[in-house]
Amino acid sequence: MSAATTTQIVRLVAAREIAMRLRSVAFLVSTGILLAMVLGSIVIGSITAANPTDIRVAVVEGVDLSNVPGIEAVPVDDRAEAEDLVRSGDVEAAIVPSDTPPLGIAILGDRDVPTDLISLLSVAPPVELLDANAPNPFLAYLVAIAFGVIFFASAMTFGMTIAQSVVEEKSTRVIEILLAAIPTRALLTGKILGTSVLAVGQIALILLVAAIGASLSGQLDLIPAIGPAVAWFGVFFIVGFVLLASMFAATGALVSRQEDIGSTTTPVTMLVMIPYFLVIFFNTNPLVIGIMSYVPFSAPIAMPLRIFLGTAQWWEPLVALVILVLTTVLLIRVGARIYERSLLKLGARVSWKEALAR
Amino acid sequence: MLQVRGLDKSYGSRKVLDDVSFDVEPGKMTGFVGGNGAGKTTTMRIILGVLEPDAGEVRLDGETLRSGSRRGFGYMPEERGLYPKMRLEEQLVYLARLHGLETPVARANTLALIERLGLRERAGEPIEKLSLGNQQRAQIAAALVHDPDVLVLDEPFSGLDPMAVEVVVDVLRERANRGIPVLFSSHQLDIVERLCDDLVIIADGRIRAAGPRRDLRAKHATLRYRVAAENTAWLDGRPGVTVVERTPEGAMFDAADANTVQDALAAALAHGAVTDFSRQHPTLAEIFKEVVR
Repeated sequence: MSAATTTQIVRLVAAREIAMRLRSVAFLVSTGILLAMVLGSIVIGSITAANPTDIRVAVVEGVDLSNVPGIEAVPVDDRAEAEDLVRSGDVEAAIVPSDTPPLGIAILGDRDVPTDLISLLSVAPPVELLDANAPNPFLAYLVAIAFGVIFFASAMTFGMTIAQSVVEEKSTRVIEILLAAIPTRALLTGKILGTSVLAVGQIALILLVAAIGASLSGQLDLIPAIGPAVAWFGVFFIVGFVLLASMFAATGALVSRQEDIGSTTTPVTMLVMIPYFLVIFFNTNPLVIGIMSYVPFSAPIAMPLRIFLGTAQWWEPLVALVILVLTTVLLIRVGARIYERSLLKLGARVSWKEALAR
Repeated sequence: MLQVRGLDKSYGSRKVLDDVSFDVEPGKMTGFVGGNGAGKTTTMRIILGVLEPDAGEVRLDGETLRSGSRRGFGYMPEERGLYPKMRLEEQLVYLARLHGLETPVARANTLALIERLGLRERAGEPIEKLSLGNQQRAQIAAALVHDPDVLVLDEPFSGLDPMAVEVVVDVLRERANRGIPVLFSSHQLDIVERLCDDLVIIADGRIRAAGPRRDLRAKHATLRYRVAAENTAWLDGRPGVTVVERTPEGAMFDAADANTVQDALAAALAHGAVTDFSRQHPTLAEIFKEVVR
């Protein structure tokens, strides 16, 4: 069979995978919800951050707060009335006269120390940051979580999609007609390609919506800070997804019924979940993140994170990418082998030994 | 011509095919007959390349088939199946394109077949919504949609009502008349008998008989005669005559040789009016039973 025909078959198979997926109402609705969540969290987050509300404070007569911004003063007659308001939760705190030097005022809080108010009332010395470009630790945490969640959610959703699609062909026996007409590898390649296009398309949509959200809420200045990390994430994602997709396809091919998918895909599912939890719990641990950034299954999350943190040398992502690509090539070969050997074995679960035997 | 040569296949220690060889000639319908587990499906899967034989090969017009050289084959597997959520029409177009047809041709073939098999009203429905009979027709359409140059059908008539059987018989005959080899298996021996030109009989993984149906019938022909007459009592005890069956109309008997037949006819006429005196050809079911015994 010529290369041109094989390409054509791969394209046909991929186009079918995409078309059938786009027709699924469940898929469209879940994508819509995901996009709405991304947009919502960016816009709402920025609105709450941009408009801090004034702190309601009960102020006993005789205390002058006219030159302190950010305070909504509620005048009260004496300390007793102020205490009542604080206890009832009507105000966050109260400022009362005090004999204690040097300020001559005291703050009444209910249960917590009202730190917001204290900082408003305090005089801070000027601060100069020597490394002004270092990422804000909170933003770093968010970026780590975002890469982790996006990779995890996408790999799981579309990985299971491809496993189900493989099992569907087995369980409905359409596989026999397909294999009589086209080479197994072309079928597998088409499936992986189609699903990868969907996965990458969904990620691109998320990034687009995130960028729109950022520009709507005036946070475009963040883009230079996270742009390179996001670009590397895209590159690692594509390769990493193909790796996982081929493993999901191979493990899916071992069973003949949708109900049995879980029994063989679990090892692959673990490979997706472990890096996700590691990055959530250890995103501040440079050693763990450093190791993860080279391990093929976690590199798509950890390496972009290190790029964002500025802890990766310029050559490090390239080395990690080469490792990832080599692993992918190797595992695709193993996966294709399992897939080929298992496709026509209907009925009972195909054992690993059987699937890998020479 | 499709030639199957020396196929061996074992599953573990169980040998399911043993030196299976036969020809499927172009322009002819070849019936493939055998009991359950005789090796029909295994043979067909090997012909289609979805299963590797341990030994032997399949040739088309003298050339050994390799993987990828069967794109022009039409196949209806024993285990039926199409994509349940895909609409009938798009599914047929898709399969035709996988077999290498351009979209316009794929579409035209699909429409023609859907019309021919009486599925026009169902064209836009997903396969899972079709009745079983219609799914079966859709499966036949899937085997034919790319204008195959070889047709291999595993039990194409099972699950069809008598009207649908007629439609499918016509469609298959039409394809054979265009000059392609058609191999089909069936348990319904009466259909095979009526439809096929050539026969291949398999039992326990071995070919027991293969060749033109007429030759097979002639080979297994016996001197069995049916006589319908007022009186058939004279048959009893007649030398060279074995009475096989008696009916109210008359009797059936086997004759030892041609002279016995002539004597019997004369005797029948001598004993009264004769309304029928005819040679009985063995049915396929009888030949089958004899061959696989």
